[in-house]
Amino acid sequence: MMAIEAEDLKKRFGDVEALKGVSFKVKRGEIFGFLGPNGAGKTTTVRILTGIIKPDFGKARVNGYDVVEETLKAKESIGVLPEVSNAYPDLTAWQNIMLIASLYGMRKRDAEARANELLKEFGIYERKDAKVRGFSKGMKQRLMLCMALISDPEILFLDEPTSGLDVQSARMIREKILEIANERKTVFLTSHNMDEVNMMCDRIAIINRGKIVTIDTPERLKSRVGGSVAIEVSFGGKVELNIENAEKVGDKYVIYTTDPYKTICEVVDFARKSSAEIVSINTRTPTLEDAFLKLLEAEG
Amino acid sequence: MKCLAIAKKDIMMYYLKGPVVIFGILLPLFLFLAFWIGRDLPLNFLMAGLISMTVFFASTSVSPVIAPWEGQMRTLERLLACPVSTSTIIFGDIIASLSFGICMSFIPLLLAFCLGFTPNPVIIPAILLATFCFSCLGLLFSAYPTNLPSTVMMISSLVRFPLIFVSGIFIPVQELPAWGKVVSMISPLTYFTDIARDSFGMSPFLPIYLDFIILAGFSIGFLVLAIKLHEHALLRRL
Ligand SMILES: Nc1ncnc2c1ncn2[C@@H]1O[C@H](COP(=O)(O)OP(=O)(O)OP(=O)(O)O)[C@@H](O)[C@H]1O
Ligand SMILES: [Mg+2]
Repeated sequence: MMAIEAEDLKKRFGDVEALKGVSFKVKRGEIFGFLGPNGAGKTTTVRILTGIIKPDFGKARVNGYDVVEETLKAKESIGVLPEVSNAYPDLTAWQNIMLIASLYGMRKRDAEARANELLKEFGIYERKDAKVRGFSKGMKQRLMLCMALISDPEILFLDEPTSGLDVQSARMIREKILEIANERKTVFLTSHNMDEVNMMCDRIAIINRGKIVTIDTPERLKSRVGGSVAIEVSFGGKVELNIENAEKVGDKYVIYTTDPYKTICEVVDFARKSSAEIVSINTRTPTLEDAFLKLLEAEG
Repeated sequence: MKCLAIAKKDIMMYYLKGPVVIFGILLPLFLFLAFWIGRDLPLNFLMAGLISMTVFFASTSVSPVIAPWEGQMRTLERLLACPVSTSTIIFGDIIASLSFGICMSFIPLLLAFCLGFTPNPVIIPAILLATFCFSCLGLLFSAYPTNLPSTVMMISSLVRFPLIFVSGIFIPVQELPAWGKVVSMISPLTYFTDIARDSFGMSPFLPIYLDFIILAGFSIGFLVLAIKLHEHALLRRL
């Protein structure tokens, strides 16, 4: 049985067609990345899969339960970290976790044991009796993750779990997610962070404007950019580099090429002719970001 | 029970919020004092009115603010992701709201005892039923899907204040003009006030059993409507 199956999901909000027929399957034990630009429909997909909203069309199953017909059963078997959501600010960390535990119908003794374990693991045990109001963003997010994990779910839905966090908190959360996946749990992860998705995910779906563009492993996605190499060059002072395929990215130019020798010669010739100073020149293999941008471009 | 967990959360989160205290306790108290001072009214008439007003305002002050606040604090999505149905959430909110009404009703009851009254015990089941009925009514105020608690407080005030004037609290229903009597019949508060007046030894407008039946009818109607409306409204708050 697949952990998650989505079949031709469609959802419309007024004039906006948020999902235009989204289908995919996630295997058990997989970390499945869901990548897309703002407004692509990631959160809408997560909300449908977690039983919060109903699709207008299509079917979805998590853990074998239909999310529309057997919503409560489906919800019981998953843990959720919504994109923008908070714990109750006037309750303590402990009370927040216990609230979720009782809503999952856990026995009090099991819940307390598991809560202690999670709070220690996530480094907020010392603050468990403090009101959440005073927590930092990173601490709040760690608490939200404890709340998502309290029922020891088979499948975890994480909607941008590290966005807006500092490097340290983000890294800690990533490490925990990898540990969870090592216990053969399934993780559905949406993110804007290419490195994160590249490092963590077994497979990635790229979604754009409510449609899946492609689903593949990170390595294969990168190789799709062609056997090309990216050359990054930056100049001292303002320079208009007019070479084929040159794109301005921040303070440097990036040129994708299958013939790096020729391209580098062209760049150097250009610099000589226009007496521009080359500050740095680098070659690198394409990143997931390159693949992502190229795929979206091809989409138009 | 899952709805008790929801109720416990509501109690810890919302009982002490400013608007709840102001609109639920202080405002009706001042209104009542303004009505009382400088008039020569029989004490049992005042006590019955005070109990009605307290039960009504207290039970309608918690339930309407929960949903907009949850939307505004962004705790709603976390709650909806849990394996609970909308009716469980609604029942939890009702329990929290009616408990507030019941607790607050002790104040005028104690006052009555101190003043030497012994109201008919029929007031106790009437308070239980009325707090339930008014809590459900309160939920209808928040069926409009805004995340601004102040908007909901405004809507609820617009309904609550006119209601107290046509419900036999300040003027007995018997003494209202014909149109007033008609209007008073659509207010659930009329029927509770009627029982309260009876338990303080005044002649009720309707037979007491009929008051109970009508209050129960209102309760069921409000409850069904609240669950239906909130099933849609909650999602629009995300
Ligand atoms: N409740 C709603 N009401 C109206 N429109 C909505 C609603 N939810 C989503 N949309 C619209 O649907 C589209 C998809 O939104 P969604 O939140 O799924 O995107 P996303 O991929 O999660 O974006 P982001 O990266 O910004 O989180 C957007 O155009 C959004 O404006
Ligand atoms: Mg999103």
